[in-house]
Amino acid sequence: MSAVSTIARALPIPAGAGLARTLVERNARAFRHGWVTLVSGVFEPVFYLFSLGVGLGALIGDVDAGGGRMVEYAAYVAPAMMAAAAMNGAVFDSTFNLFFKLKYAKLYDSVLATPLGPRDVAVGEISWALLRGLLYSTTFLLVAAAAGVVHSWWALLALPAASLIGLAFAAVGMSVTTYLRSWQDFDYIQLALLPMFLFSATFYPLSTYDESVRWVVQATPLYHGVAMIRDLMLGDVAWGILAHVAYLVVMGVAGVLFAARRIERLLLR
Amino acid sequence: MISAHRLTKRFGEFTAVDAIDVEVRRGEAFGFLGPNGAGKSSTMRMIGCVSPPTDGSLRILGLDPATDGPSIRARLGVVPQRDTLDEELTVRENILVYGRYFGLSRAQVRAKADELLEFAQLTERANSVVEPLSGGMKRRLTIARSLVNDPELLLLDEPTTGLDPQARHVLWDRLFRLKRSGVTLVLTTHYMDEAEQLCDRLVVMDGGRIVAEGSPRELIALHSTREVLELRFAADDHTPYAAKVTDLAERVEVLPDRLLLYTDDGDATAAAVQGRGLEPLSVLARRSTLEDVFLHLTGRTLVD
Repeated sequence: MSAVSTIARALPIPAGAGLARTLVERNARAFRHGWVTLVSGVFEPVFYLFSLGVGLGALIGDVDAGGGRMVEYAAYVAPAMMAAAAMNGAVFDSTFNLFFKLKYAKLYDSVLATPLGPRDVAVGEISWALLRGLLYSTTFLLVAAAAGVVHSWWALLALPAASLIGLAFAAVGMSVTTYLRSWQDFDYIQLALLPMFLFSATFYPLSTYDESVRWVVQATPLYHGVAMIRDLMLGDVAWGILAHVAYLVVMGVAGVLFAARRIERLLLR
Repeated sequence: MISAHRLTKRFGEFTAVDAIDVEVRRGEAFGFLGPNGAGKSSTMRMIGCVSPPTDGSLRILGLDPATDGPSIRARLGVVPQRDTLDEELTVRENILVYGRYFGLSRAQVRAKADELLEFAQLTERANSVVEPLSGGMKRRLTIARSLVNDPELLLLDEPTTGLDPQARHVLWDRLFRLKRSGVTLVLTTHYMDEAEQLCDRLVVMDGGRIVAEGSPRELIALHSTREVLELRFAADDHTPYAAKVTDLAERVEVLPDRLLLYTDDGDATAAAVQGRGLEPLSVLARRSTLEDVFLHLTGRTLVD
């Protein structure tokens, strides 16, 4: 037995056959029949950017982007829209779409009858969510650049950064989905997402909050996603950004492992 | 192909499969027969390596499902009880994508898809979506899909439940062809005619246990008589009549609407019944079937 498989067996990593890519391929084929969802994913952050950034921004003027640096409001809010869109896309894919496949289409019942294992299902579905997310964030970045709110070449790194946000949220979203019983339960997800979207220093700086509640905001994953992408798009990069990266990497890896375990529990009984 | 020893599956307190022993040989068609809830599907899921046994030993194709699940599944074909076709894909894509799950190349699955669509008589519907297909077509597609990896062992869980007679006969024909080409078939069913048509050997399960084992002919010889005489009287309760004919047959079984007399010569027994002045509404002497064995083994009110 190879050293790798010995280690794999000792660690709590659910079984897989390394064929997760075939599930991505399956999703890509299904997607060709229902490409209209692509449109909403592309336009959502763009609409926000123009409504809030450009429209409302005209009333607001410049804001403090941290360290006393003033930027126009659209440039301030655009990274937040990109981060929030990455979150929303990943959550939508890993909750609504996954719940449907899990409970109604029974997709994984037939997938797991093949060599694929629960790890392949988790990795495949999350990879697919990331690929879709990458398409959305690339489009958004192009629009934002055309609108003149991108201030640095560092902004190119906002693409992998948005994928990292996607990974973290898709992995946790998938884990949560395995606990859902009916469509009503999705309200709980909205209940978690909406305040995060509104209060994670998305529309105004963290300094707006009183010291005593800042830590609450800083504990949420979207705060780290927004801060990371904002630093990149404004070209304001320091070592501190790695803390945001680390937070999201840990969330993503733990989420994938947990999601695969849950799939195993649910379907391989 | 399959070797199970004291194989057990428990869900919490409930024992679905209770220490069964099963041997399936290469090239045969083997059946699990039993009423709903007998433990057939749980057994099939364990053989399909998607449900870990609670106890006992299980080896499939000489391998252990606990450690070699993916390599075993790579050589199995699975037709689940409910069609789990991918409704977001077309008929042809269902086969293509499923083949890719087995790690086959794109060229391989394309060639295989054409061949299997032909086999399942679905070539004309290749680019249709799955949803509007008839039940028989969906079932054939599920079987075609399960063959994409050229399985050595095909597991069919109630392959023809819910299909009309024509569709069942088409499916049986396809399964015969597979068997002739050397594929080992393992199927569950609660249709006796299906078991008699398809199975070389079978086990009857009830309450998680195996209650009988053998070829259809052996089971009939062992648990039934050569013929069965069915008597229907103008009465709601047939029990009183049973007492009057009980000495004319080896065994008498009371069903809600008729009496079954197990005998070696149905016509002679019918004559004897009439000789006693009894006048049934209808009299039918027929050969014994697996259904008689099944009813006998899995519970009925018996009058010996």
